Amino acid sequence: MIEIENLCKSFTLHNQGSAVIPVMAGAHLRVGPGECVALTGQSGAGKSTLMRMIWGNYLAASGTIRVGGLDVTRATPREIIALRRDTLGYVSQFLRVVPRVPTRTVVAEPLLALGVAPEAALARAEDLLRQLNIPARLWDLSPTTFSGGEQQRVNIARGFAHDYPALLLDEPTASLDGANREVVLGLIEAAKARGAAIVGIFHDEAARARLCDREIDVTHFTPQRAA
Amino acid sequence: MEGALSISSKENRQIRAPGDGPLLRVAGLSKFYGARTGCADVSFDLWPGEVLGIVGESGSGKSTLLSCLAGHLTPDRGQVIFETREGPRDTVAMAEPERRLLGRTDWAFVHQNPRDGLRMGVSAGGNVGERLMAVGARNFGAIRETAADWLGRVEIDAARIDDRPRQFSGGMQQRLQIARNLVTGPRLVFMDEPTGGLDVSVQARLLDLLRGLVRDMGLAVIIVTHDLAVARLLAHRLMVMKDGRVIEQGLTDQVLDDPQAAYTQLLVSSVLQV
Repeated sequence: MIEIENLCKSFTLHNQGSAVIPVMAGAHLRVGPGECVALTGQSGAGKSTLMRMIWGNYLAASGTIRVGGLDVTRATPREIIALRRDTLGYVSQFLRVVPRVPTRTVVAEPLLALGVAPEAALARAEDLLRQLNIPARLWDLSPTTFSGGEQQRVNIARGFAHDYPALLLDEPTASLDGANREVVLGLIEAAKARGAAIVGIFHDEAARARLCDREIDVTHFTPQRAA
Repeated sequence: MEGALSISSKENRQIRAPGDGPLLRVAGLSKFYGARTGCADVSFDLWPGEVLGIVGESGSGKSTLLSCLAGHLTPDRGQVIFETREGPRDTVAMAEPERRLLGRTDWAFVHQNPRDGLRMGVSAGGNVGERLMAVGARNFGAIRETAADWLGRVEIDAARIDDRPRQFSGGMQQRLQIARNLVTGPRLVFMDEPTGGLDVSVQARLLDLLRGLVRDMGLAVIIVTHDLAVARLLAHRLMVMKDGRVIEQGLTDQVLDDPQAAYTQLLVSSVLQV
């Protein structure tokens, strides 16, 4: 489902003396349906960078990233938008939404974009919010005013609204209490069981051990830097 | 999709129908003011349901480009090929009356200043109804009903239908301008800094409204803005302009999160947070 071959990436900082910073070289990764792979490595090793390249908001210097058959490194914006709508989901660490949009709608949006009828989309959104213990009295409010943990759960609800065949999870259990952590782990297990290919960053070691079939240390893809 | 979640929206099905072509194809569009460049060699395709953001500082040529695209300015070179209901036509080569008809039917233009897009001495209902009448609607009752429906869609209280826009706040005027523009069911909407003069809270409401309309009506939108936060929330794709030229273009979050050109890096890093 997700196939990465010989992926390289560097940043060119034009406004800082055109410094070229190589951040990844020769990355390989294959994730099949129903498989969950954890990216590991120290902070700054390139876990988030790799995830963003799969998502398509970081450009690759060379190599290929195939998601559901589409090579993200060569795809047009239009193809990536379709990929994100139909195939590839992403639960980032931070919720980014239009202010004043009700939580219920924020969660239903991925389904509305797919053309699901509003009643069905909102019902699914409410079901997820209920599972994630967001009180019903908050559903009509914008999540921008919520606490960090509540925002994270809204973000997760939104990311699981549609059954994406491929999922990227960036610290999905960070800042959650025990009960909610358990709900999120359950959602991830259910996604695996229905055949989703998952790439995740989990600092939560117990979660990683429970969910992940393999670990990939991205330090192996970090280019040697001159001291 | 499976189970209880069924695909129902007709508009969405239309957008994704295979074999659909671009709605607008722009090739080599250039406009010069004497020796000065307004915009130079701009090319892109725009598909139904797609929002293209044009960003850049003042004087970068983004408004000139928008005016050339919308037929308010005549470009010196290039083509603007629009997929009309009768097939593709180069709107640059069209006769003026034809282009005006397009401007009343399939195209809409939302100005930064609502005063430029509204008739300030005519009631809110009249502002919306007028555009319907311009395309041949004659039944007063039906026009008023449609106008009232659209005021509702842009969240203006039906009780204000007979008030003049000058009695409205800036945000309401902007929403009225949007209703007036969208009532005839256009397929392509040009927007010049639509959230420009508004308070941040009013901007948010307008952004939400625009996103819903784009999704539900399958609109194609070209939006000029200098506000990168607005661009991130509204646009699928971005075009970055400087000195009349397109410096960089791509997927919105890619251009903002991993800008390639020196100018775009400077632009993005100059903003507090987008």
